[in-house]
Amino acid sequence: MTGSIILALAGAGLVGLGLYGVIMRENALHRILAFNVLGGGIFIVFGFAARRGAGAGFAADPVPQALVITGIVVAFSATALATAIVVRLAAARDEEHADARSAKDEG
Amino acid sequence: MTQDHASFLADGSGHLLLAGLPPGPLLALVIILPLAGLVPLLLAGPRVGEWAAMTLAGLGLAVATIIALQVWWSGTPAIYHLGGWRPPLGIALRADGVSSVLLVMSAAVFCGIGLFATTGRDRKTSFPPTYWMLSLCVASGLNLAFLAQDLFTLYVALELLTFAAVPLVCLEGKAAQLEAALTYLLFALLGSLLYLLGAVLIYAETGTLDIGLAGQRLAADSAMTGIALALMSAGLAAKAALFPLYLWLPPAHAGAPPAASALLSSLVIKAPIFLLLRIWLGLAPADLAERAAPVLAILGTGAILFCGLRALGQTRLKLLIAYSTAAQLGYVFLMLPLVKSSGPLTIPEALAWTGGFLHIVSHAFAKAAMFMAAGVIAEALGHDRIRALGGAAQAAPLSVAAFAIGGLSLMGLPPSGGFVAKVMLLTAAIQQGVPWIAVVVLAGGLLAGGYVLRVVVCALQRPEASATFVQISLRRQAMALVLAVAAIVLGFIPLEPMGFLLVGRP
Repeated sequence: MTGSIILALAGAGLVGLGLYGVIMRENALHRILAFNVLGGGIFIVFGFAARRGAGAGFAADPVPQALVITGIVVAFSATALATAIVVRLAAARDEEHADARSAKDEG
Repeated sequence: MTQDHASFLADGSGHLLLAGLPPGPLLALVIILPLAGLVPLLLAGPRVGEWAAMTLAGLGLAVATIIALQVWWSGTPAIYHLGGWRPPLGIALRADGVSSVLLVMSAAVFCGIGLFATTGRDRKTSFPPTYWMLSLCVASGLNLAFLAQDLFTLYVALELLTFAAVPLVCLEGKAAQLEAALTYLLFALLGSLLYLLGAVLIYAETGTLDIGLAGQRLAADSAMTGIALALMSAGLAAKAALFPLYLWLPPAHAGAPPAASALLSSLVIKAPIFLLLRIWLGLAPADLAERAAPVLAILGTGAILFCGLRALGQTRLKLLIAYSTAAQLGYVFLMLPLVKSSGPLTIPEALAWTGGFLHIVSHAFAKAAMFMAAGVIAEALGHDRIRALGGAAQAAPLSVAAFAIGGLSLMGLPPSGGFVAKVMLLTAAIQQGVPWIAVVVLAGGLLAGGYVLRVVVCALQRPEASATFVQISLRRQAMALVLAVAAIVLGFIPLEPMGFLLVGRP
């Protein structure tokens, strides 16, 4: 078993773990982390595609590396946006609870 | 369009000026242009930013129209290689008949929604600069999604759209909106990652990400091709809210402010749908596409019937319109079994093709009009409960008219773009001996008739004696009516665009 096969299998394993987490977890933060695991797995599989030199017939194809960097930036932005929404959501819920409680006290 | 017609037009003098423009750079310009508004919006006040955004929207419409005219006159797709590098190493932008029509559609609807959003300025409905920034990003992302030829660039375009669309849902920061935005984001992320995994596998198979080249190199008998296409389709279906993955759509589209809802429901959703069509009509090997088409058409049927029934059962106006979006999008997939993925089309196939894309365009105009009208009605009455809509026709007559006229197109009643599109699908289905598709088209029309008429009938009732209305300016009501009428006018366009929509088809 060569190194690149192990790499590809590791990537596929991460994809599986990530998918399981995304679908089965209830907690939004857990899901966001699972998305990162899934994304990481996909990038590793992409690295394996590069190792095969599919594109240009070189020993190693440089195109996927460039794309993976872009993909990491996109995944990072997605994580930032998702966590920002989770934080805002928690704050908004706290506020609504507080409002409901004060309304009850006054009533 | 015939060759003779093209050369006749090329000899005419009226468009020589435009014909002299190289079409390629315009394709890049139409993507970059909206982003030029972000800096003024950050630095200047909301007033200046608003006008900068509207100017850019107008310019975008002009550029999109020029691109479409050039494609029409030349009868060949416009192609631009970024930096002069050709695929497989470089990235190509390409505007064929369908892409250029979608460009014009999105630019026109975008202008309409923008003009509507400017009218809310003096009230609490006024939009922060964030709205304009996000909507400009949406415009840029849409244009990129319609033009890009590279699977990875398309992934970036989809993500840009998602990142601009999700904050639009929770613009007002209420807990329910944030919740809807989070669900939307999680569905969209899962969708784009599955799409990316599929694209990676395509790259591993073919060594290129260019849709045209990969389409030529994909082997139909390889299991990997099937897996890759299935992953991409599942991902795009999640983003396009194709039945049964529509659950995120109603709360997200109904919860947003009206101008944002209109943008999301009429335009943003069209990008993943367009990509799904591109994959099955341009990338997939012919016999795989033939086997997948009925599956997608059955999912579309599920959307039309199930989401149509859900729309009938809604008690809130905006939720009803959102469910109707999920239902109407199903029609697009009915065209797949009726169209060959490559080679010249017969007349019934060309009818299905034209009908499918005309449906996308007329739905965009009608749905934007309906969401804007519903927003105004909710402002006038202070709520959007369908049972209590009585008096809406007095409080906001133009808006109720806009809703009804947009609804005509959804029902498929003549004369409207939706009518012509549905008749084309129906005729194509009957001529090709696929009667169940014709039945679905008719049943979907009946359901749409049910939910549109229910709203209109309630809106025409007398108001309750205690009801008080807020006056809404005619200017704020007018834009929805203009877009609704545009959806009707689409029904009067002669069949000539049939040839135009086929330009550059693989």
